[in-house]
Amino acid sequence: MAILVNENTRLLVQGITGREGMFHTQQAVAYGTKVVAGMTPGKGGTSVDGIPVYNTVREAREKTGANASVIFVPPAFAADAILEAADAGIPLVVAITEGIPTIDMIRVAAFLRGRSTRLIGPNCPGIISPGKCKIGIMPGRIHMPGHVGVVSRSGTLTYEAVGQLTALGIGQSTCIGIGGDPIIGTNFVDALRLFNDDPETCGVVLIGEIGGTAEEEAAAFVKANMKKPVAGFIAGRTAPPGRRMGHAGAIISGGKGTAKDKIAALEAAGAAVAESPALIGETMKRILT
Amino acid sequence: MKIHEYQAKQILSRFGVTVPRGDVAYTPEEARGVAEKLGGTVVVKAQIHAGGRGKAGGVKVAKDAKEAERLAHEMLGKTLITPQTGAEGRVVRRILVEEGLDIARELYLGMVIDRATARPVMMASSEGGVEIEVVAAEHPEKILKEHIDPSVGFQSFEARNLAFGLRLDGALVGEATRFLSALYRAFEASDASLAEINPLVITRDGRILALDAKMNFDDNALYRHKDIRELRDLDEEDPLEVKASSYNLNYIRLEGSVGCMVNGAGLAMATMDLIQYAGGSPANFLDVGGGANEEQVRRGFEIILSDPHVRAVLVNIFGGIMRCDIVANGVVAAARTLGVKVPVVVRLEGTNVELGQQILRESGLNFAVASDMKEAAEKIVARAGN
Repeated sequence: MAILVNENTRLLVQGITGREGMFHTQQAVAYGTKVVAGMTPGKGGTSVDGIPVYNTVREAREKTGANASVIFVPPAFAADAILEAADAGIPLVVAITEGIPTIDMIRVAAFLRGRSTRLIGPNCPGIISPGKCKIGIMPGRIHMPGHVGVVSRSGTLTYEAVGQLTALGIGQSTCIGIGGDPIIGTNFVDALRLFNDDPETCGVVLIGEIGGTAEEEAAAFVKANMKKPVAGFIAGRTAPPGRRMGHAGAIISGGKGTAKDKIAALEAAGAAVAESPALIGETMKRILT
Repeated sequence: MKIHEYQAKQILSRFGVTVPRGDVAYTPEEARGVAEKLGGTVVVKAQIHAGGRGKAGGVKVAKDAKEAERLAHEMLGKTLITPQTGAEGRVVRRILVEEGLDIARELYLGMVIDRATARPVMMASSEGGVEIEVVAAEHPEKILKEHIDPSVGFQSFEARNLAFGLRLDGALVGEATRFLSALYRAFEASDASLAEINPLVITRDGRILALDAKMNFDDNALYRHKDIRELRDLDEEDPLEVKASSYNLNYIRLEGSVGCMVNGAGLAMATMDLIQYAGGSPANFLDVGGGANEEQVRRGFEIILSDPHVRAVLVNIFGGIMRCDIVANGVVAAARTLGVKVPVVVRLEGTNVELGQQILRESGLNFAVASDMKEAAEKIVARAGN
């Protein structure tokens, strides 16, 4: 089954004529993703590798029946691109763009409230259901179809975790990068709830990092609702307070958001937390029954 | 991005937040001039990007312009050590000279982005002049909060909730509403990530003013605020970090001896943790970006090796769709150009990984190749000693 994306996903690429958009569209097509449309204002009527390009998301959706969108639009225009996709009724929007101003995302979050569109990201690698559909910038070849869900705030650290799972012969149902920004569309709890309800997912790897309280909220959900084993890792035990560690959301401020607190919360909820990032795969393997 | 108190006050006052009269001074003579213009008792405040200045001797009262000049003379060029500066402290290069006020009450007012609700939140407390984190820990009920809906902005009723919650005199509520609304406008229009007025004071003659002010800004939004970008004070930043930022590298200097260069922020943090888990201590955080091309790798080495404490370097690149042979060539070229002498452990993952490893092994340089993170950690700590 997998969650959110599968072989029936029909993808629209917003910003398809840009360098990144074009490159990752080719990668997605090569992986087997059904890319049905591209969108770049002013480039309507052209095509990229045989994929028709439209001027607006509304038109792209009407003409192609796209049911998911991925955004490769520069930060200054990305919030507008997300709003356009939501307004056109695209049910799943994946925003890869890094560097969107927080105030822009606050307006996006307010706009999305009460609408049926699910946003993943921004500042994320995307989502993949191995063997079925890849939306984003992650390398397809490190994944393997299977039954473990992966949810993470990071990009390359997610690849690391997935690489470890695959090397141990543990396949993945769906891997979601939820993004490293302070304001994101889909959080840990949303993803855990979907994995919990997915009959094909047997366990979940959760990769968090310093900053905010999303991991603590995830821990509360795990404790109250999770029927499946959860393995975790929290990056940033050695991060100094008050410094932004690359991701806009990765900062310990006012003593809040430390790795120590997050690890303690997850362990108290019954999750197995890997002490070293080299042991994420092994930790999942140990608790899978 | 951080700015100085006097700069924050300038921005806030542009939006209608009332601040004490005053001006910045770079020399004792300038300080005297400002004090003369203000007349009467003035306050001389050291301008550094760190709080806790008062207890460290960075805020002093002068009864006249002559004393202001003397205090400025003492303060300028002095290294101020506060709980927020670290042991090395910060050199005072600018001071703010302000009118003295007859204060009746000190309150706290602040704004941040609340991540959980995805809304700006305005916070107020009757515990002015105290660190808000301390109040939050000991008396969370004393912090009043209003979460603001960005589609309509800050409303008068929200201001009244806070003003009456602070038990302000009824006659002051109108003025407080105007003040709080101005703070919201300043926060939103300048893409702030934090705006703190601590303390907010009420004078005996019934005025509301921002006695202190702190503003931080969202780095992602600086592209649309040229005026704020120009306020960046490079003297307040680590020189290596300034250099790294000019290369578009995300570098943060730490205390340890194992340098690390990684692609991606999460993996970079995890690599630091790995070094510590293996018994070492990371010298830095360095994210060369998801792409990690040869130029970025060379500059990354340059920055890491400028730190004299570095005794070994761990390169951890999870390339994904990047080709490892290209990364390996970049690493070799960078190490040659810079004459890298410390041992380097390289872990590469991506396409053509065997070819990449072969390039590293045959380079004749002091490289150890690791095939995964576990092996990388063992090798790096063995080479760095402790």
